[in-house]
Amino acid sequence: MEALLDNTRDDPEGRAPLVLGDHDDLSITEKVCRIVEAKKPPKAWYVAFAIAVSFTGILGLMIAYLFAIGVGVWGLNRPVSWGFDITNFVFWVGIGHAGTLISAILYLFRQDWRTGINRFAEAMTIFAVICAVMFPSIHVGRAWLLYWAAPIPNQMQMWPNFRSPLLWDFFAVSTYMTVSLVFWYMGLIPDLAAIRDRATSKLRATVYGIFALGWRGSNRHWHRYERAYLILAALATPLVLSVHSVVSFDFATSVLPGWHATIFPPYFVAGAIFGGFAMVLVLAVPCRQWFGMRDLITPRHLDNMCKILLATGMMVGYAYAIEFFISWYSGNPVEGFVFINRAFGPYAWAYWIMVICNVATPQVFWSKRARSNPWIIFGVAFCVNIGMWFERFVIIVTSLHRDFLPSSWGVYTPTWVEVLTLAGSFGLFFTLFLLFLRYLPMIAIAEVKGIMHKQRHGAHR
Amino acid sequence: MSAAKSGTWGVIAEFRSADELVAGAAKVREAGFTKWDAHAPFAVHGLDDAMGIKPTILPWIVLGAGVTGCVAGYVMQWWMNGVDYKIIVGGKPFNSIPSDIPVIFEVTVLLASLTAFFAMLGLNRLPELAHPLFRNASFRRATSHAFFISVEAQDPRFDAEGTERLLREAGCTRLEWIEA
Repeated sequence: MEALLDNTRDDPEGRAPLVLGDHDDLSITEKVCRIVEAKKPPKAWYVAFAIAVSFTGILGLMIAYLFAIGVGVWGLNRPVSWGFDITNFVFWVGIGHAGTLISAILYLFRQDWRTGINRFAEAMTIFAVICAVMFPSIHVGRAWLLYWAAPIPNQMQMWPNFRSPLLWDFFAVSTYMTVSLVFWYMGLIPDLAAIRDRATSKLRATVYGIFALGWRGSNRHWHRYERAYLILAALATPLVLSVHSVVSFDFATSVLPGWHATIFPPYFVAGAIFGGFAMVLVLAVPCRQWFGMRDLITPRHLDNMCKILLATGMMVGYAYAIEFFISWYSGNPVEGFVFINRAFGPYAWAYWIMVICNVATPQVFWSKRARSNPWIIFGVAFCVNIGMWFERFVIIVTSLHRDFLPSSWGVYTPTWVEVLTLAGSFGLFFTLFLLFLRYLPMIAIAEVKGIMHKQRHGAHR
Repeated sequence: MSAAKSGTWGVIAEFRSADELVAGAAKVREAGFTKWDAHAPFAVHGLDDAMGIKPTILPWIVLGAGVTGCVAGYVMQWWMNGVDYKIIVGGKPFNSIPSDIPVIFEVTVLLASLTAFFAMLGLNRLPELAHPLFRNASFRRATSHAFFISVEAQDPRFDAEGTERLLREAGCTRLEWIEA
């Protein structure tokens, strides 16, 4: 039995298909829609939702406190003027990369296994980007003046400064947010129509019906839909690579040792894919278990994601090594000092957490046994998430706290407000994600059916 | 399943599988119908060819939007920082193209993506929340696991008996008339 269900073999001959079990179109629809249609979600959902909402409440209180008193409630000061806030921003934007990578790049590469995970990875992207956008927005201190970043005519008769990488970031992240949302929603339309057509209550038929836009599976529609989807994938592919590159420009275009490095864009993009896939795994492993999706999110899906984690983890490790090499090779004493200080200075603990989590732990994925054990996968992915948070912390804080002049050195410690704001952002993320699991189809129903159809014709496995 | 009355929107014919839908669609196309459609829960490979659907104009619309975004992104920055409100940054020229590239790129992608989505909806004439097909109970399975061909009564080649015969010959398993 186990051999028949093994779809992780490298040899496509005799490999079980991408969708396991005895499924047809109807059973796929039912399997996914049942979660949305159930009268009540499982008890675990309520518990998780209660916890997540509480943390979202804490986030609200922390933001209110910040706005009432000012940015001084955070531990930021000279020389460390970016701390938890920007670390969290880069962390969440990075997580937001996996969704569009899966939906766009894997689509262009015709990786059929993406269909099992793309829907909730895209949802994860949007929620992560919401969390990300929040941090620089509240960091500006007077968040109600944020519109100054937008190129709109205003009473000051001033325009934004387009030579600032921070403004590029504003454009990159808001474009990314918009395009990801459109991409996600467009993928949802046929599935929303499926829920509409199965609805037993007037309310559900109306609400899902409005968002399904009157989709009726028409092939003349499908034709343009598929074309638009391909175009969006082609547009989102350079976009996803550009966003984290632009985020890295925030650092790389400065003159600060530790930031001023040409390796930053590819290094950040690899790290974002790494961290994003880790978050997809952290969410996918429990979800497939609790919601009975093991036929659709199969061992092969997990196996492939583990391989991506291993590959991108080593790219990140390579970047860490190259940074050290260049700091020595440049012959610049200040540059050299920053990296020695990074590994052995006051924040050495953070640096080594980063190295152990990001470079060492993914190495277990060389073993196929580790790649097929959900507990190990979850554990490693969790470590990678921690490691990637610390990577951003290390880059930002260790570079700032000791730069050129020893007289202007300092140490940064976050306040309780910053720690609770970070915790609260997880609350917001999981609140949105749990709502998504409850009210929207967590698997792309129409796409999985398309793959099953393809499999019956033996085109791909 | 009786013959069509005068107030008929058209007819829907159900097919057993995606493959039979493709075969059936080819027959309907050969018979020269124009106001007809196939409905499937997913994008069926080969159905476009069987139906003879011409490639959509969508990519050209998106290209136009992309070029517009590219030009607009540059002109915006040239006007704002190079002409209307000049700021000296690092001794660089007021109008320095390299630093404009990221924003040009983002505006291009933004405009092209939004256009791809909205033009797709527009060309498909969506949203269309009310449609005669939605009044049919069995058609609701079209978004889940059923495959249909619909032929509109307005098609010049439509005649109730002949069309019914054609659809049955094309291999449909069931046939229903839809009221207008």
